[in-house]
Parts: sequence; structure tokens; C-alpha cells
Amino acid sequence: MRNITSTIVVGFGTFATLLLAAFAQDSAFRIHMLIIAMSLGIATIILLRMVNFTPAIKDDPNEYMDGPIRVGSILTMMWGVIGFTQGVIIASQLAWPEFMWEPWFSFGRMRPLHTSAVVFAFGGTALITTSMYVVQRTCRARLFGGGLAWFVMWGYQLFILLAATGYLLGITQSREYAEPEWYTDIWLTIVWVAYLVLFMGTLIKRKEPHIYVANWFYLAFIVTIAMLHIVNNLAMPVSFLGSKSYSLFAGVQDALTQWWYGHNAVGFFLTAGFLGMMYYFLPKQAERPVYSYRLSIIHFWSLIFLYIWAGPHHLHYTALPDWAQTLGMAFSIMLWMPSWGGMINGLMTLSGAWDKMRTDPIIRMMVLAVAFYGMSTFEGPVMAIKAVNGLSHYTDWTIGHVHSGALGWVGMITFGALYYMVPRLWNRGGLYSIRMVNWHFWLATLGIVIYASVMWVSGITQGLMWREYDSQGFLVYSFAESVAAMKPYYILRMIGGLLYLTGGCVMAYNIWMTILGRKRNERPIPGSIPANAQPAE
Amino acid sequence: MDYGIFREFADSWGLVYMFVIWLGVLIMLFLPGSKSKAIDAAGIPLRDETIVPEDKNNE
Repeated sequence: MRNITSTIVVGFGTFATLLLAAFAQDSAFRIHMLIIAMSLGIATIILLRMVNFTPAIKDDPNEYMDGPIRVGSILTMMWGVIGFTQGVIIASQLAWPEFMWEPWFSFGRMRPLHTSAVVFAFGGTALITTSMYVVQRTCRARLFGGGLAWFVMWGYQLFILLAATGYLLGITQSREYAEPEWYTDIWLTIVWVAYLVLFMGTLIKRKEPHIYVANWFYLAFIVTIAMLHIVNNLAMPVSFLGSKSYSLFAGVQDALTQWWYGHNAVGFFLTAGFLGMMYYFLPKQAERPVYSYRLSIIHFWSLIFLYIWAGPHHLHYTALPDWAQTLGMAFSIMLWMPSWGGMINGLMTLSGAWDKMRTDPIIRMMVLAVAFYGMSTFEGPVMAIKAVNGLSHYTDWTIGHVHSGALGWVGMITFGALYYMVPRLWNRGGLYSIRMVNWHFWLATLGIVIYASVMWVSGITQGLMWREYDSQGFLVYSFAESVAAMKPYYILRMIGGLLYLTGGCVMAYNIWMTILGRKRNERPIPGSIPANAQPAE
Repeated sequence: MDYGIFREFADSWGLVYMFVIWLGVLIMLFLPGSKSKAIDAAGIPLRDETIVPEDKNNE
């Protein structure tokens, strides 16, 4: 018998959430529960149609479990395009404030929708998907726990659905990158513990004696995010059937907890996890081992020990004690070393195979990702220095910095991983089109360069205008004047984002065609086929 | 248990604990013989296309 238990559990969940909706204390909670009930109801119907009373086929322990990874690859691609689209929309809203329908699609609600869509939906799904792919192949073991991987994949998607709809409904606890309210947080905790069990279980049953370094990075990501998520979301709900809760911390403690979480979400979600990706997919695509395995281990331990302290640099010149601000600054600067060690390790993996940069657009994409990792982790500590922060904080420079990391590093390494995985997961000989990868590469690169440089200019302009005093000690510019000065930059930024989104759409088409098994009739990239290749006799 | 106690513990024993682990990792990495192990480990992703068939004797 197959799918019986999961069908019963999901069906029961549908009923339970309907009950919760009936007894809800406020309309936002009721709508949310109805959304869950509806999605679980649809899942129940789909599962009912899949129930099969023939004896269950035993999973072949000698085969990798790739079903959830296939689903995850498609979802990653989909969330990427959706998240980039939202980015372009909110960029347009900054230039033309009345671009969308209020209040649901106002900038204030769309912005967390965009950040969560790209960080948690696109990035998170990419991390879960690739970690399942990498851990099986570097441990040479099938994923642990039977259907657990399916629960993690779909459970995480339910979390995304709740978070996204919540923002549009105005349900938020107003914590950066942690906006979802208490019940969504509890659901994510359950999914995350299942994810940890899945990952650890697979590591424990590994047949490869050594745990490859990519798995260390993934494991650090999973464990640390669990800790950060739980501590930052300690809150007391007003009612157990209502959407509102209050944080357990108050004042500056609350702010510090939030930025300890916020910065380590960047450090362990957007850095450590994606470094796991880099340490697997870059050597695979380059077909050569990582430059220095020992450097990668130093990279790992130094990074995780230093990152956790850097959060206070988000609270320079606030009520946070001065020593804590200095501590955050000092640890941020120390992070240069592991970051650049890792970047050099990634780039040098190509030593002796630099020609691949010319002939293989996927490698080029991964190398650009590593280069952006180096650049944004150089820029970050500079901005964490208090004197620099006095100029850069609250300006668009911060936004530019985040996007050079997110579009350049996180986005590009994920695209590279998708281009690597998809033909293998569906057993296709290769991608639909290599030339379209090249197009994607240039569209995305141009988009990032426009975005980042425009934000530097506008950010520094803002910072300088805000603190321009005249000889009498009065501020020279009103805030509205600095807003008006930003308009051309905001339009340019939107164009940068649009280029990046276009690249994402090219990828989506390319990958979809690859999944369908098509092959584009195109000239090969010059140099990718050796000139002296002889046909087999 | 108040903030002061946590703080004192964190910037004495906590710091020593993390630093010792870090040093230990460093020492382990440069012990004689670790280079060949590292080169071997670096090759793991390049030889992983299939799961090694399980030893039939164990079943």
C-alpha cells in the first residue's frame, strides 16, 4: 500500500485547519487557516488519486533518491523568476510610488515579500534541493528516512506560502527577514528539525568514510539557522487562535537579538549554505578537485567561529553598548581572511583549466559567483567600520551591497548548480542550449553591474546630503530633497533588475526545454570541441 | 543567572573553548600524513556517480 499514511495525515490536517479557521480570533488568522486548509485539501485530493493498494515497491538502497530534488529544482527556478519580478516591481514603486494597488501591493508589504521570496523561497529551496543532491553523492548513500525528504520539501513550500500571503494580508512581527508570525514560525521549526534529521541521518549512514567539506557547510547552515530562528522568534501570542504575538525581548535587547539573527541569516543561510554548493558544483563542473582541501577546512572553521559575532555592526551609533558595536566591527574585519581564503580556493580550483572560462558558460557563471563572493565580503567589512558606517548606514549603499552578494554570489552559484543538476536529474545528454546560458550570463552580469554601481552613487549621494551642514550648523538639505535626487538612480536600478529578470526567464525556458528533452540546433561555443577531435572508427 | 554571569563565561571559557577547537583543527591539518588524506578527500565529489553496491555478505 502506498501513500495511505500521508493521505490520512494531510486529510486530517485539512479538517484541523478548518476548525482553527472557525474559531479564529481575528480575520487575518482566519484567512490564513483557510489558505492552509485549501492547499492541504488540494494536496489530499491529489494524494487520494495516487493511493495505490498494490504492495509497496521497496526503495532500492543502491539508488539515489532524486524525486524531491527534481521537484525542488523546478520550484527553485520558479521562485527565482517570481522573486526577481517582485524586485523589479518594488524598484518601480520607488521610482513611481503609485505603481500598484494599495494596500495589499503597497511598497511596505511588497518589500518583505520580495526579500522573503528571493532569500527563503528561491535561496532556501535551492539550498534544500542541492543539499539533498550533494549529501547523497558525497556520502554515497540514499537519503535517510523514506518519505521524510518529501515532507521537508513540501513542508517548506507551505511555510513560504504562509509567509508570502501573510505579508500581503498585513500579518507581520516586523522583524527583518523574520516577518512571519508565531504559528508560521512553529511550522518552520517542525520542518527544519525534520530537515536536520534527514541530513544527519544520511550523513550517519554514509559509505564514504570522510565527510566531504560541502556537507560541513550545509550542516552548519542547518544547525545555525535552527538556533537563530528559535531564539529570534521567542514570542508570546496574544491568543492561541490569533495572528498577533509580542516578542519576549524588549528595547535594545530585542534589536540585538534581531540583528544577531539577521546578520547570521546572511552568514549561514546566504553564505555557508551556498559555499557548500560551491565546494561541490564548482569541482564537478570543472572536473578537477578543489584547489586546497585543507584550506577549505580552515575556511569552514574560521568562518563559522567569526561570523556569529558580526551582527552588532547593524546597530552602530544606536543604544547598543559601545563595546558591543566595536566587537561587531572587529569580527567583521576579521572575516576578510576566511572569506578571501575561500574565494581564492574556489578560483584556484580552475588553475590549469582557465580555458574553460572561455568555452564553458556554466563555469564562467560559477567563477563570477565566487568573484562576487570575494567582492561583497570585502565590501561588507568596510561598511562595518564605524566611520564608514556613519556614511553608508540607512542609505542605498547597503541595498547595493546586499544585491551584489545576492544577485552576484547567491544567484549565480545557484544558476550554475541548476544548469549542472537538471540534465543529470532527468538523464538528458546535456542542456537544451549552451548559448542561452551564455545569454543568461551576460544579461545577469550586466544587470548586477548596473544595479550595484547605481546604488553606490545614490547611496553615497544620500549619505552626503543627509549630513551636510552649513556654517550655522543647520542641515543643508531636507529629507525630501534627498528623495527627489534619487529618482534617476531608482529608474536605472529598475533597468538593472529587469536585465537580471530577463536572464532568469532565459534560464527558465532553457531548463524547461531541457526537462522536456529537447535540444536546440546551434553552433557550439568556439573552442569547446577540441580541434583535433577525430570521429570514432 | 544574570547577564553578567553569562558575559563572564562567554568571554573567558567560551572564548578559550572556541579558540582551542580552532587551533586543534589547524594542528590536525598540518600533522604529517594529513596532506595525502586531504588530497584523497578532495577527490570525493569526482568519484560519486553511483552508490557503491552493498556488500552481499552483510545482508
